[in-house]
Formats: sequence, C-alpha cells, structure tokens
Amino acid sequence: MPDQAAAAVHTEGHNPALLHHFAEPEQQRDAASLGMWVFLATEVMFFGGLFCAYLIYRLKYFGDFGAASSTLNTALGATNTAVLICSSLTVVLAVWAAQTARRTLLITSLILTLILGFAFLGIKGIEYHDKFVEHHVPGPSFSFENEPIPGHPGQFANPNHAQIYFALYFIMTGLHAVHMIVGIGIFVWLLALAWKGRLTPEYHTPVEIGGLYWHFVDIIWIYLFPLLYLIDKHK
Amino acid sequence: MSAHSTSSPLKTYFAIWATLLVATYVTYRVAFLDLGPFNAAVALIIATIKATLVALFFMHVWGSSDKMIKVVVIAALFFLFLLLSLSMADFGTRAWS
Amino acid sequence: MATAVAQPVERENYLNKHYGALSWLFTTDHKRIALLYLGSITFFFFIGGFFALLIRLELLTPVGDLVQADTYNKLFTMHGMVMVFFFLIPSIPAVLGNFLVPLMIGAKDLAFPRVNLLSWYLYIIGGSIMLHCMLTGGVDTGWTFYTPFSTAYTNTKIIEAGIAIFIAGFSSILTGLNFVVTIHRMRAPGMTWSRLPLFIWAHYATSIVQLLGTPVVAITIVLVAAERLLHLGIFDPKLGGDPLLFQHLFWFYSHPAVYIMILPSMGVVTEIIACYSRKRIFGYKFVALSSIGIAVLGFLVWAHHMFVAGISVYAALVFSLLSYAVGVPSAVKVFNWTATMYKGSIHYDAPMLYAFGFLGLFTIGGLTGLFLACLGIDPHVTDTYFVVAHFHYIMVGGAVMGYLGGMHFWWPKISGRLYPEGWAKLAALIVFIGFNLTFFPQFILGYVGMPRRYYQYPGEFQVLNVLSTAGATVLGIGYLLPMVYFLWSMRYGKPAPDNPWNAAGLEWKTQSPPTTFNFDETPVVTWEAYNYEELGPFPEQESSGA
Repeated sequence: MPDQAAAAVHTEGHNPALLHHFAEPEQQRDAASLGMWVFLATEVMFFGGLFCAYLIYRLKYFGDFGAASSTLNTALGATNTAVLICSSLTVVLAVWAAQTARRTLLITSLILTLILGFAFLGIKGIEYHDKFVEHHVPGPSFSFENEPIPGHPGQFANPNHAQIYFALYFIMTGLHAVHMIVGIGIFVWLLALAWKGRLTPEYHTPVEIGGLYWHFVDIIWIYLFPLLYLIDKHK
Repeated sequence: MSAHSTSSPLKTYFAIWATLLVATYVTYRVAFLDLGPFNAAVALIIATIKATLVALFFMHVWGSSDKMIKVVVIAALFFLFLLLSLSMADFGTRAWS
Repeated sequence: MATAVAQPVERENYLNKHYGALSWLFTTDHKRIALLYLGSITFFFFIGGFFALLIRLELLTPVGDLVQADTYNKLFTMHGMVMVFFFLIPSIPAVLGNFLVPLMIGAKDLAFPRVNLLSWYLYIIGGSIMLHCMLTGGVDTGWTFYTPFSTAYTNTKIIEAGIAIFIAGFSSILTGLNFVVTIHRMRAPGMTWSRLPLFIWAHYATSIVQLLGTPVVAITIVLVAAERLLHLGIFDPKLGGDPLLFQHLFWFYSHPAVYIMILPSMGVVTEIIACYSRKRIFGYKFVALSSIGIAVLGFLVWAHHMFVAGISVYAALVFSLLSYAVGVPSAVKVFNWTATMYKGSIHYDAPMLYAFGFLGLFTIGGLTGLFLACLGIDPHVTDTYFVVAHFHYIMVGGAVMGYLGGMHFWWPKISGRLYPEGWAKLAALIVFIGFNLTFFPQFILGYVGMPRRYYQYPGEFQVLNVLSTAGATVLGIGYLLPMVYFLWSMRYGKPAPDNPWNAAGLEWKTQSPPTTFNFDETPVVTWEAYNYEELGPFPEQESSGA
C-alpha cells in the first residue's frame, strides 16, 4: 500500500493532470486504478445475477437448453471470441505504447481496438438477425416447435423452456454488447486524448484504466461463449 | 500497475495472445467430443484459464505491488460464489424433500 | 449573509466561500454535496412519512373505509420503496459519511469528487422518476416486487419504479466505491487502520455491501422489466419459470441492504458513546472487525425471508443457522458499547439520548430477528405485524435514531452553530416515546395474528392499532422538532467553537464550519483513536436558546 506523502505542499505545475485533492501523481493514479478494479467487482456481481439464473435453468431444463443452443452459429461465436482476444492484445499494446512514448503505435493500437470492437458488434448483429428471422426472439413472435433435443431422438424441446434459454441468451449477450458499446465510446475518447498528445509516459492513467474495463468485457465473453454456445455439441 | 517490467513485455503479450487463441480453438474442438458429463467442466476450466491469463498479464495483476487488487478480485469471485452456491442449496435440494 | 448573532468577522468556510445556486449545483466539495443530500433525503423522508400517515389513518378502524384496497396496496408499497431506497439507504452515508469521511482521515476531499456529485445527480434523477411514477399511479406489489404478480398480473407502473430504483442503486454503488478508494488511498500520514475512527470502519463495511449487493438487485430489475415487456417465462410458473428465483436474486441484495442501513448508524453510535462517556471504545479491534463481519455474514442469510415460500427444508436449515450467526457480531457491538459506558463519565445530552435509545431499541429489534430466524417460530409470525415491528425497531429505532444522534453531534461542525440543547432533549424523548407507542403494539398484533399489508382487520385488534396510530402522531412531532430548530439555529444559533464537545477525531481539529479544503496543512497523526484520557473532560456547555 503506497504511503501518502507527508508533504503539505504538492509540487505546483509539476503535472497539469494532478488534481488538487491528491498529494502526488502516484496517489492519484493508484486511486484511479483501485477505483476501476472496485467498479469491475460490481460488474462481476451485475453479470453474476444472470449467470445464477442461467445456471439454475440450465440444470433444470438441460435438454431444452441444448436444443435451443444448437440453433446458434457456433462458428460465429468462436470467431467473436477470437476477435475480442485480438482486441485485448491491441489494448495492451496501446498501454505499452503510451508508457514508452510511441505515439504512432498508440494511435494505431487504439484504432485497431475500435475496428475489432465494431467487428464484434457486427458479427453479433448478424447472429441477432438470424435469430430474429428464425422466430427465436422471445416475445409474441417466438416459436420453437418440433426442435429435437440433442442426444434424445424422438424428443422435442419444450418451447417455454427454450424461450427461457433465448431470454437469457439475449439479455446476457445484449448486456455484454451494451458494455462493448460503452467500451467503444471510452476508446474513442482515448483516441482523441492520444491524438492531442495528452497520453504520455508520465500520465497515461486513462488508457490504463480504460484498458482494464475492456479486458473485463473480454473476460465476460470468454465465459459466455462456452456457456451459451457449447452445450451438448457432441450429441 | 505500480511495477512495470523493464525488459520487453511485448514477448509476454504476444505469447499470452497466442495461448488464448489456441485455448479458444481447443475449447471449440473439444466441445464436439463426447466426454459425458465432463464437457461443461472442461469448457469452463479452459475458460477460467483464459480469464486468469487475461487478468494476470493483460490487466497487469502479475507482478503488481498493489495488494488491494488481489483482494478486490478474490472478494468479487467469493461473493459471486456465495450467490451461486447458496442458491443451489435451495434448488439443488428441492428434490430431496 | 447576515449573521443574527454577534460575531465580529465570519471566517471563510465552505458555506460562504461561494454563493449562488450554481456554486451548489456544480460543487465538487464533499461537504456541500452532503448538504445537497441532506435536503433531498429529508424531502423523501417526508414523502415516505406521508404514506405512513395514510396507512396509520386507515388502520384506525377495522374496516377499510379511508381508501380502497388497491389504493392501500399502493400506499404500503410506496412507503416502503421511498423509505428504503430514497431515505434509509442513502441517509447516513450520503450525508454524514460524505461530510465526515475525508475530515476524519485527514484528506482534502473524497478520491473522486466529480463522481460524488454524479452520485447525487443520479439520486435526484432516480427520485424524480419515482415521484413521477407515484403521481401517475404508483406501484402496488409491495416494495418486494414478488413475481409473477409484478411481472405478469399487476397493471401498475413496475418498470418506471424499477428504472428509478436502478438509477438510485447506481448512485449508491458509486458512493460505496468512492468511500472504499478514499479510505484506502487518502489517509493522512500516521492514520493507520487501527487509528481510524470506528465510524470509518462502519462506512467501509457499508461500502462493501453497497458495492457487491446492489448490482444483483439491479440485474433483477432488468429481468423483471424484460419479463414484463416481452412476457418471458423466467419467473412465471405457467411458462416454466420459478418465482423463487426472483426472490433469491431480490433478497440476495435486500437482506444485505438492511446492513447498509444499520452499519453507518452503529458507527455514529460508537462515536457518540465514546465522546459522552469520555472513554476509549472498549474492544476497538472487535468493534472494527464486527463491522466487517456483519457485512460479510449479511450476505449469507437472505433466504430467511423465504422460509415459507417453498424453498427446500434443507436450505431453510442452512439459512436459519447462518441467520443466528449474523447476530453475533451485532451482539459484540452492544456488549462493547455497554462496556465503554461502564465507569465512564456519562453526559446526557441529546446525541447520547439518541444513542441510548438506539442501544435499547436495536437490541429489541435484533433479538426479535432471532425469533424470526427460528424455523419453528417463523411460520407463525411471518408476514404478520411481528415482522413489521421487528424491522421498524431496527430501521427506525436503530438507524433513524442513530442518524438523528449523528446530526446533533456533528451539527456544530456542519453548520458552525449550536443547536438548542433543551429542545433537542425534548425532541429525543418525544421520538422515543412516540416510537415505542407506535411499534410495540405491533409485536403483539403480529403475534395474535394480524397479517401485514391488510387494510382491514378483526375488531378485537382495534385498540392496539389505535395506540399505534397515536404513537405515530407523537413520533411525527418528534421528527418535526429537529427540522425546525436546526433551521432556526442556522440563523439564530450560537456560533459553535471548533470542538464544542472536546471530542476525539480529526474532524474536530478543523474550524466549525470547515474551510473548503478542510485542512490548512495535511495533519500528521501520532495519537491513537479516542484519546479521551488526553483530551480531558466534557466542556461546560453554552447552548443556543433553551
């Protein structure tokens, strides 16, 4: 735990980004970092409620969930996982570029991150569209008749239980997508900061904590992919 | 956050990135093998390994001198575990009555 | 700003440094934000109190004659939602916590002052949406929103209320985040963890609960809204859903939420008892750890709200056992407060009267919680007025008394004025009498079988209901008095010295009221907390007015 400085007077003009209520830049940066980690802890619990609901219903309606899940495009899901992993790489490169004053790499990495983020959303959009066309969007137009349960030939999934699967699918991936959009917004702002030269080796806290957020959103997807897409694939 | 590796971290980043992609591919292929009841467990274990790698190396938890980060991560996971396990104490035992 | 009491030159402080509405609406000073919250939560306290008044008026007679049944459902729902989400949960943390946390640890402000202002704006937005919801029809499900009634059957404004609570919850999360980071990263040199005031430990524990619990109710609200809009089946048994899943997710937050409401109050009571006994708190480490213990154990007991809902009996056994366990750290505090007062030099001023009230009423409320945790007793008294009395003893007899005690204790620091001690003692007494008259009969009512949330009852219950309503009137007067004399004191009260109670704590080393940045020089702490042996006796008081 870093010690707070005993100096009553903070060094004026040392760093224009130093806020008045902090004694030194290190304290400000450690506060920002801890703040973002604590916020991510709240996000774990936010998604956690959905994981809880999913866990309970998957165990209860395993066959129906398998049937519903088998209508998802696993290849697109896997591709999206790879897209996000690549975007986490570009994020961490951006942080390193800021730390080492590599302006071109910083801006390139931020732009690549944005491109990959949009790619993720685009693929998600295609998947959502497919679901819409197949009447798998929960609501008045939902239909899931005569869909076989994987591994149980002759048995068909209960449409109500399948609707619960799709409800959770859309809410979980939808919430994740909302977080992606926020992340894209953050990285557009970071790109603007980088363009104006405000991210330096002395002060690059925004890209560090923006990066933390992005990696977290990646981690959520790392769990969503196997849970939602890979049920009973071998059957 | 407080400790930066002075030797090039780039090698680490690319190694982790490659590992993550390989692990994703493995997850995908293993899903099509019949492991009986263990399919879900294997998928989740691989996912946890991937998440851990992202947290340790991309989020710079590895080598960080800030103890609080580890406390925060463990606390979040612990309380999530409480939510899931104590709910299952009900749902999992209803059939026993 | 003219001072009505003679003071040669008013020193510059956080109140008079800038003038004008914009200087308040765009402030990042934690002390001003605390006052913004003070005004807002007081407003919502009156709204919640208004609904309580209507409830108690209806219950004066056994028949449903004041309002219709549907309206009555809305009354108790709105009373609960407003009081829980817009008064109790923010109250002490957002007012006293915001004001005091930086001062007590020797910091210039919280870690994230702009996020602090955002918290207040989120609270206002949530509160405004809730107001609009109430004015355009309200909600009738009870503050607990149980499904499938809330998702599939009621026609009231569930989604709007849900949005209001979601936004207010985000405000609560950000406050908790601010406190945790502040307490970790902004303590003055020498302010080690074992020298922190226990008020800080209490708010740290509260923040843990706010951070880890609130997101779960937030996602539950999202699920309820989605289910309602799209007729999903997540909570609807007709479509394969489980209503108990809602209850699990709801109570996972809402039980720890009651610890959000009581922990800060316990922190206040600790500070008051130490000061008005002129003694260090007995068992500092135990009190500090008991706060953390309550926060953690509080997350393990939620299904005790569901004993008769249909959970498995094995789960009920587990949760009953855990619910007994969570009483232990609270008991530790009660013992330690009592031991602190033993051989202390007790002063019976208003803050201490509120602390005494807290001690007795919280103990009763807590003990009746243990009755409810017992699987043999709960089916008899659950969903009766016994439960209503239990939680009002803790939330009103406990949390609100602590809040009022704290407002009195720190009023000189906040406003620079002394409150009138005579009136304050009278108000404390009226509150205590009014409170007991309101809620003690409800224990009996519940035990003999009066269900909660009913607007009519058998005639033989009327006497107790009338007593309860009479008590509520007295209680209301008791609450109005401080509002009147606090406001009076801002203009006519005696100017307060920097440390009118000769109390321990860094906040008392600043001027009353403090300057905008709290300390001229960052303090360096070399003494232990509650150093009352060094500070000496309680000073002779010149109070304002009576």
